Amino acid sequence: MRWVNRRIRRGNRILLGAIPILLLVLLYLVIAAGRHAANPNDKILPLPGGMAEGMSALLFQPDQLSGQFIFWADTFASLQRLGMGLGISTLSALLVGLLLGVLPPVRATFGPLVTGIAVIPPIALLPILFIAFGLGETAKVALIVIGIAPFMIRDVAAHIAALPREQIVKAQTLGASSWQLMLRVALPQAMPRLIQAVRLSLGPAWVFLISAEAIASDIGLGYRIFLVRRYLSMDIILPYVAWIALLAIAMDMLLTWASRRLFSWAHGEEH
Amino acid sequence: MGQPPPVLMGAWRGALSALLSLRGVWVEYGDKVVLERVNLDIAAGSFVSIIGPSGAGKSSLLRVILGQEVPTRGSILLDGIPLKPECGPDRGVVFQRYSVFPHLSVLRNTVFGLECAQAPFTARLFGARRRAAIAEAEEMLTAVGLGDSLHLYPAQMSGGMQQRLAIAQALIKRPRILLLDEPFGALDPGIRADMHALITRLWRDYSLTIIMVTHDIREAFSLGTRVLTLDKRRRDPHAPHRFGATAVYDLPLAKQAPPIGNDDESIKLDDVSNN
Repeated sequence: MRWVNRRIRRGNRILLGAIPILLLVLLYLVIAAGRHAANPNDKILPLPGGMAEGMSALLFQPDQLSGQFIFWADTFASLQRLGMGLGISTLSALLVGLLLGVLPPVRATFGPLVTGIAVIPPIALLPILFIAFGLGETAKVALIVIGIAPFMIRDVAAHIAALPREQIVKAQTLGASSWQLMLRVALPQAMPRLIQAVRLSLGPAWVFLISAEAIASDIGLGYRIFLVRRYLSMDIILPYVAWIALLAIAMDMLLTWASRRLFSWAHGEEH
Repeated sequence: MGQPPPVLMGAWRGALSALLSLRGVWVEYGDKVVLERVNLDIAAGSFVSIIGPSGAGKSSLLRVILGQEVPTRGSILLDGIPLKPECGPDRGVVFQRYSVFPHLSVLRNTVFGLECAQAPFTARLFGARRRAAIAEAEEMLTAVGLGDSLHLYPAQMSGGMQQRLAIAQALIKRPRILLLDEPFGALDPGIRADMHALITRLWRDYSLTIIMVTHDIREAFSLGTRVLTLDKRRRDPHAPHRFGATAVYDLPLAKQAPPIGNDDESIKLDDVSNN
């Protein structure tokens, strides 16, 4: 049978997907064990025991200075920034994308501006944001928004503009005004695409969050990673990175589930 | 609109008041002339089939009547009043594809037209008005044979069912004219025959005025009370795009006044006139 025709059953799919991950973990353990055999104080590739030891202080013991559980405080601060950035971006993508996609005069007026903003590397704007908004939360959230909102706006607008012309004409022959067309035809059909855009923006959003935290912050997952780097604390950095990956996967799965649940018509289910 | 009037041979234009009139309509894209000098009067209650070779401007004519495109020259009158250059609820349409909303169920697709008219801001109805609208939509869906599929989404239905839905959606607005753009072109032959019976029945029951563009000549003659053939009357071999198409044949078919029992569809060629 040709490889293009091979279908993998669900059970086998999970098994196959796990193999490379397990192999990588095994490879790491073998190399780390080798290094520790040569030098029991090796900091570069910590063993799981070392990581657990390093993390337990951050997880379960309150910080002497602030009284906070550092790991949870970092997670909360980062998720708050990420959530605000994603929330503002999603809302503006929906609103602006809808107007750009449905109304040609708005597209003609603001389309070039959105495109212009989208091509600027957001990190290049970070100094401006720090100068304008100070070193607090606003600048970090603004960096995420500037980083991902233009892409999301353009994606949603393009999706709406590509709705079949027949649908738009049909809605008008059913008496729909521009407003009704936006509300009942364009908006619901933009929603699954919007969720898709959020999913694709999660990666860049994390990049901008970690960058902002690395440069100016006193709390957050990115801040902690860059802080402990000074002490070569790989036993902290690696669990933090794994935690960030887990959070990102959980968000992605949540969004996929929500899209299938709320907009089943867009996923070709129940056929 | 009363019952579709019987076709009176020879008195085709004079005796019947025209519902829709096209006066010297030209459609040009750049220097390409698609339609030239189209003059048409379409009587209330008629079923006009438009046929012609590909690129003869059949769909352009339909789009102009629909208001999707503005003619380069000429005017279009509905009940003697010039049409706004925009689509409106007085002209319903069924396209070959994409004329139903994929995110709405069958019932909500049909209720949409009523919601737009009655709720300008929210485009949604509540309470008694919602129940009334749903009852009306259910009645219309039953009439097109979708009474058992109210809660399906378009993606779950066959092409024929989607076209039935598109027709119900258009008819619930009681349009003055129903425009069909190759509505059955993408359907299997068997389903197409069912759809022919359906559209003929709806045309009689609801006293519709229908203009249908089709590739299928048999369909054009079996359904229509009048067949228009669009083609170029003049050709310039060096600049073929400089002459547009117009109605070169205009064949009224002697069909008895509905409801009819026989399928006598004799074709009268003596009234051929170049408009």
